[in-house]
Amino acid sequence: MGLLAYGDTGWGDELFFATLMTMAVAIVALLIGFFLGAIFASFKLSKIKILNLIGSFYTTVFRGVPELLVIYLFFFGGSGAVMFVAKIFGYDGYIEVNAFLTGAFSIGIISGAYSTEVFRGAVQSINKGQFEASEVLGFKKKIYYYKIIIPQMLRLALPNISNVWQITLKDTSLISVTGLVEIMRQSYIAAGSTRDPLFFYSFAAVLYLFLTFISMKMFNKLEKHYSRGY
Amino acid sequence: MDLMIESLPRLLKATKLTIELTLLSLFFGIFVGIFFAILRTSKNKILFFISYYYSYILRGTPLLVQIFIIYFGLGQVEWIRESFLWIVLKEPYSCAIIAFTLNTGAYSSEIFRSAFETINKGIVEAAEGLGLNKVNTFFKIKLPIAIKQSLPAYGNEMILMLKGTSLASTVTLLDLTGVAKHIISTTFRPVEVFIVAGSIYLIMTFIIHNFIKFLEKKYKYN
Repeated sequence: MGLLAYGDTGWGDELFFATLMTMAVAIVALLIGFFLGAIFASFKLSKIKILNLIGSFYTTVFRGVPELLVIYLFFFGGSGAVMFVAKIFGYDGYIEVNAFLTGAFSIGIISGAYSTEVFRGAVQSINKGQFEASEVLGFKKKIYYYKIIIPQMLRLALPNISNVWQITLKDTSLISVTGLVEIMRQSYIAAGSTRDPLFFYSFAAVLYLFLTFISMKMFNKLEKHYSRGY
Repeated sequence: MDLMIESLPRLLKATKLTIELTLLSLFFGIFVGIFFAILRTSKNKILFFISYYYSYILRGTPLLVQIFIIYFGLGQVEWIRESFLWIVLKEPYSCAIIAFTLNTGAYSSEIFRSAFETINKGIVEAAEGLGLNKVNTFFKIKLPIAIKQSLPAYGNEMILMLKGTSLASTVTLLDLTGVAKHIISTTFRPVEVFIVAGSIYLIMTFIIHNFIKFLEKKYKYN
């Protein structure tokens, strides 16, 4: 257990902060995904053909192409794009884009493709009568969305949102290829310097299991909360 | 544009390895999946727990961790290095296939389990009533129904596995993603390479999707 000591002699503190980093990337990616999901779900539900097409294109590409390839695109392309813009303003040096942002953004875009489908399915599953009744009762659009449609939607969408979260959380392990020090990267470093990969990768697996276990419990609680009255 | 045309032959050549990894893992994974799905329905508590935790652990951890444990981790254990297992475990190729097989096996076991559970009890009772023995009931009645039930979910799993094989590039294998990364890191032209490699993946996804649709139609009954 000396390997996991907290402080200079072991890897306990490093792995603890790496776990926080994994959670931070996953949460930011999930929120980016929700944002994109809301936009593209409305595209897919809209009556305008071109928007439908854009929505379908987004979900097809980012659910059909491996996560790693998307990460490489943003990892190598991100700084290239920024440098290109900088060049226009007369700056010629090398600019490195923050690994956290690159990672959260690439995982977020993938997560968003899954969220799009979840949101679309949730809106479609709500009875048309609910919309009509809210209008007839004279609610403003904003209010009936927040008070009537979204609470019902959440109940139906929560199990799927929980799925998206699990996928997003596990996908963050792939960001380790960009050098961001999250669980996988930290285990790789520790394994390299102690020559004990079996222990550290197994411990990484335990950390991921812990995170998925905790989040499952939380989602179960939320599901119960939103199923009141059913 | 030049780079896209130039890199296409190399990427297509690497696609062969991606297809190979996908098909082999899915093939072995079906057996692992059915095996654990059967254990899951067993009345023996120990067998039940083994299969429950197998799928819980394999589905709760990233595939990357699983590959690293098998490829980097197991090589550290002395008795494995001295045993015949080492012939298999020292090669990244076989390590990748083992990791993918175990992973897809866990997901498919859940798919098959729920398919077995939805089989109407009356059908099984009818088979017994007609005098079929247990083996025949399983292979002739339960299995075909379960396969049909699990087709849509299994199609998704096939696509996930296809994407999962991209992780083979992290253990030095040059699959489609591995070669794409190599070209990107030498030319620093990520967009062009992404378009070509991504399109190849999308074509394969499209083929799997339609293959499953075709099977679903074929096995449809009323």
